[in-house]
Amino acid sequence: MISFNRNLYYFLLSLFPIFLLFFLVLLDFDYSFHSKKLVTFNLTYVVIYYWVLKKPEILGYGLVFFAGVINDVVTGLPMGISSIDYLILCGIASYFRNITLRPSLINDWIAFVPTIFIIHSIHYSILNGFFAFELNYYYLILSSIFTITIYPVAGFIFNFISDFITPKKI
Amino acid sequence: METSRDDFIIAIRSAFLQKGAAQRFSLLVLIIISVILLSLDFYKAKPLNIFRSISKDIIYRGSFIISLPFKSLDRGYKTVKTHFTFYDDYQNLKNELYILKAQQSEIEFLKMQNKELKIVISDVLHTNIKNIIAKVILDKQSPFLKSIILNKGTNSNLKKGMAVLHKKNMVGRIVEVNYLSSRVLLINDLNSKIPVKIQPSGENAIMSGEGNNLASLDFLPKLSTIEEENIVFTSGSDGVFDDGIPIGKITEIEEKFYVEFFSDLNQINFVTVINNKKEDN
Repeated sequence: MISFNRNLYYFLLSLFPIFLLFFLVLLDFDYSFHSKKLVTFNLTYVVIYYWVLKKPEILGYGLVFFAGVINDVVTGLPMGISSIDYLILCGIASYFRNITLRPSLINDWIAFVPTIFIIHSIHYSILNGFFAFELNYYYLILSSIFTITIYPVAGFIFNFISDFITPKKI
Repeated sequence: METSRDDFIIAIRSAFLQKGAAQRFSLLVLIIISVILLSLDFYKAKPLNIFRSISKDIIYRGSFIISLPFKSLDRGYKTVKTHFTFYDDYQNLKNELYILKAQQSEIEFLKMQNKELKIVISDVLHTNIKNIIAKVILDKQSPFLKSIILNKGTNSNLKKGMAVLHKKNMVGRIVEVNYLSSRVLLINDLNSKIPVKIQPSGENAIMSGEGNNLASLDFLPKLSTIEEENIVFTSGSDGVFDDGIPIGKITEIEEKFYVEFFSDLNQINFVTVINNKKEDN
């Protein structure tokens, strides 16, 4: 009984990143934290990057793809654009996982800087180039900077949660 | 050098092609599916419209349900906030009412005159058009996209391009219609371009959203005579909207004219959709 309860506890805890991801995309929380048009960041990117980098067995690529489709519907973007962003983010995170010998939050953060600019460039190029969507470049740059800034804080909290998740118990 | 390039290729291949730990799909396959989805959206593939419409309806409802607790919190906060400014608001409203009462008789006269003139020129009166009242179920306003989701769609005869009003003021147009829901692109969105007429000068211009609470005016005449507090209406020259729908008033910031909207686009709960489209036979 104790073992069952412990397994259930670990199982529920391991669902946290999935719940958080879908919660963020359904509520469009990625761009919603903005006060007086200055602070805007994309928490969804942080969640995907961190968990794919640290515990890829928890956050499946299929779920990430599905989250992207939902995000597109909720925000009114062409269907598939967020999925591409998220999956490329997964790919880059996976690449950094493969080449990193001694992972640390600082290393991950440094790697996150070019990653976020690559993702936002792809996002801007597709929307502007193919769909003639007008995006405010200033906000996109601001969003990149604040998303990068927030990563260590979010990473610290996720590290704390991650310590409670034991993959063997899933 | 050769070895480091090989390492890079192996790491990339491993990241994008292999399924990896406990992954059911490879990244490359999912990226290809995403590109196909995007292409279908780009080419507006008709066979997928029904599927797209149903999935959007489901996701909008899901998002609406999840956002309910946050909306309640927000409402509670606003209620508390209004209690603190109760007396000031009362005084402001009292002054406003005094001014409005003074203008009332003048408006009544102008309305009567306007009605008579419209009959003379055989124009269609807005009051004769069957309008649709819809509730805002989701408010997706971010620095990037300014849109709202309505709880009515093709089931209530909503069609793309219809003008959306809030308290008789123009706030946007319908850009996407599903069976049970529709999306409105607000007039402050960067992608919103509306032909307008400025009164009393009668000058025409194109109003473009700026992503904030103002809109800029493009293609104004070189010797423009517009001034602050001039009223901006839809011109109807695009054939999409009716003419004469009020939008906002002119405000001057750093020697440039902007349109300040009459409606607060962050506080829209119910809207009126103008059903001026002819029925398809």
